[in-house]
Amino acid sequence: MSAEAKPVIELANVHKIYDTGAIRVHALRGVSLRVDRGEFVAIMGASGSGKSTLMNLIGCLDHPTRGAYHLDGIDVSQLSKDHRADIRNRKIGFVFQGFNLLSRTSAIENVELPLIYAGVPVTERHRRSRQALAAVGLAQKENSHPNQLSGGQQQRVAIARALVNHPSLLLADEPTGNLDSRTSVEIMELFQLLNRNTGNTVVLVTHEPDIAQFAKRIVVMKDGRVILDQPVRQRRDARVELASSLYEKPLEVTLS
Amino acid sequence: MILDLIRIALRALARNKVRSALTMLGIIIGVASVIAMVSLGQGAQQQVQSQIAGMGTNLLVVMAGSQKSGGFRGGLGTSTTLTPEDVEAVLREAPAVAAATPTVSTAVPLVFGNQNWTTRAEGANAGYLSIRARAVASGEFFTETDVRTAARVAVIGQTVANQLFPGLNPVGQIIRVRNLPFRVVGVLVAKGQSQFGQDQDDTLVMPYTTVMKKLLATTYIPSASFSAVSASATNEAQKEITGILRRRHNIRPGQDDDFTVRNLTDVAETAEQASKVMTMLLGGIAAVSLLVGGIGIMNIMLVSVTERTREIGIRMAVGARSRHVQYQFLIESVVLGLTGGLLGILIGVGASFVLSRVFQWPQLISTTAVFGSAVFSMAIGVFFGYYPARKAAGLDPIEALRFE
Ligand SMILES: Nc1ncnc2c1ncn2[C@@H]1O[C@H](COP(=O)(O)OP(=O)(O)OP(=O)(O)O)[C@@H](O)[C@H]1O
Ligand SMILES: [Mg+2]
Repeated sequence: MSAEAKPVIELANVHKIYDTGAIRVHALRGVSLRVDRGEFVAIMGASGSGKSTLMNLIGCLDHPTRGAYHLDGIDVSQLSKDHRADIRNRKIGFVFQGFNLLSRTSAIENVELPLIYAGVPVTERHRRSRQALAAVGLAQKENSHPNQLSGGQQQRVAIARALVNHPSLLLADEPTGNLDSRTSVEIMELFQLLNRNTGNTVVLVTHEPDIAQFAKRIVVMKDGRVILDQPVRQRRDARVELASSLYEKPLEVTLS
Repeated sequence: MILDLIRIALRALARNKVRSALTMLGIIIGVASVIAMVSLGQGAQQQVQSQIAGMGTNLLVVMAGSQKSGGFRGGLGTSTTLTPEDVEAVLREAPAVAAATPTVSTAVPLVFGNQNWTTRAEGANAGYLSIRARAVASGEFFTETDVRTAARVAVIGQTVANQLFPGLNPVGQIIRVRNLPFRVVGVLVAKGQSQFGQDQDDTLVMPYTTVMKKLLATTYIPSASFSAVSASATNEAQKEITGILRRRHNIRPGQDDDFTVRNLTDVAETAEQASKVMTMLLGGIAAVSLLVGGIGIMNIMLVSVTERTREIGIRMAVGARSRHVQYQFLIESVVLGLTGGLLGILIGVGASFVLSRVFQWPQLISTTAVFGSAVFSMAIGVFFGYYPARKAAGLDPIEALRFE
């Protein structure tokens, strides 16, 4: 990590305790993590090791019980609910395993959702949403509803929604968990492209070691702690693989 | 932003058309019944009012004899102490009294050609028309001279005209009243039934002197009618009349009156009070159904919030603040309330139109009820939508997203 690189995420000894009355779950037990601008981090670990908990904290969906979290240099660990909503809206794009699209709502309307809450005027909203859909290769599907789209297409709509506000941080919790292997590689191609061309910082959680190989850095968690943090050797390149005989049809992705 | 929230709310409602319609139904029925009931009540009230006003202008009726039927006295109107001179004295001396007439009546058989009919002959002076709020349709009313001379002239009601003169103009004709010839000088404008179901057109009006001398041969009168100068002066007039009559009849303080004054304004007030109570009762019952409609909205909104927990989670995850979510749901319930209210107004107005036709009452759409229920149904939307909307806004984004 170079000294002049700006940290996007800076977690210092973060704890998270879920207190649901009867049981107290110590889900994070002192996590310190720094992610710089332009990084591509894969978080791995056994089920229940605290990956989603960590992602929710990073994504400002929740706040740590103890410890400090600086996002883009701002301490966001004890912000109010509304402030966290604003941070999520402006700085963070979140992609979920289950897509989390609004049903019976067209792709473009799903994509423009963050812009509504950002107060962007209608015409600007449509322009940017179209652009984001085009960026994930779904320009033709803007009026389709989620139930008319394949899993991979739905996840790309979700990625477009995560991108539409030009966030500094793209978070994905098992984005390929519900997808087949070729579609997973297509999604990873999109993340790599966004990371490479647009300079998006990407943090994703995955169970599959071969998916983690698309990242630049792997963080492994166990029982609420980071037990391994290392760069990826032999990084996979989704574009090359899709072009090769391994997968039949390469995906055309263009960013405007 | 608020426009977007309205759009989102409207689309959510449009997505569940049947449910939205059923939810609104409670409000629709509530508002419609409030308006119909209040209009109905006010129509009835108006009806009673106009009937009472139709009995006379600020009318006071004095009857000979005491209401407290003490000792030897008979019933009302049988005492022999009231005279036409009393009436003249009251008219002269009481400032609150604008007009006065002795009234005396008797049943009489009428004959014209081969037609005959029995009716009530009413004796009065020339002030009859203004006191009783009546008018002459054709011909004219008898004059003071006719009264002085006890002339055999008569003004007939529409019913009598129809019975005795089918297809003829009664004015100028000579009829026989108890075998005495009378000249018909005028016909009264039809008035219909009185509040007590009496046909007010089945009558024959003639000078009271004629009734007293030619038909009854008496010197006293059973009753007299007075008209106060204004509606608010009726109580004052009653006092003055009582004072003058007591003095003229030499009644000492502490002694009972030998006459009874009836103030029709009192009757009107009592009747108005009764119909007001009825209006309030009907309106109240309808308002309860409106309340039930409101609870229906709350119920459905709570179900809707639970059902759409995931949607709420998604909206929050992409940056919706609590109040954005709160407004979205609040707008939904307000739209339900307001739309239901407006539809209810349409139906309520239609229903009161039909009801007024059925009961032949004046069509009276209460603007208070219309505007009141529009505002009230919106308020119901806010009131009963507030709790569900707060519940939605208070959700935790992570838990909402996990919700299955
Ligand atoms: N809202 C919550 N309330 C109580 N306990 C929770 C809550 N969320 C997570 N936990 C607990 O915290 C621990 C970490 O959960 P987390 O979801 O972060 O694991 P994970 O690494 O994402 O697992 P997986 O790979 O299965 O998704 C688990 O023991 C879980 O039961
Ligand atoms: Mg998880």
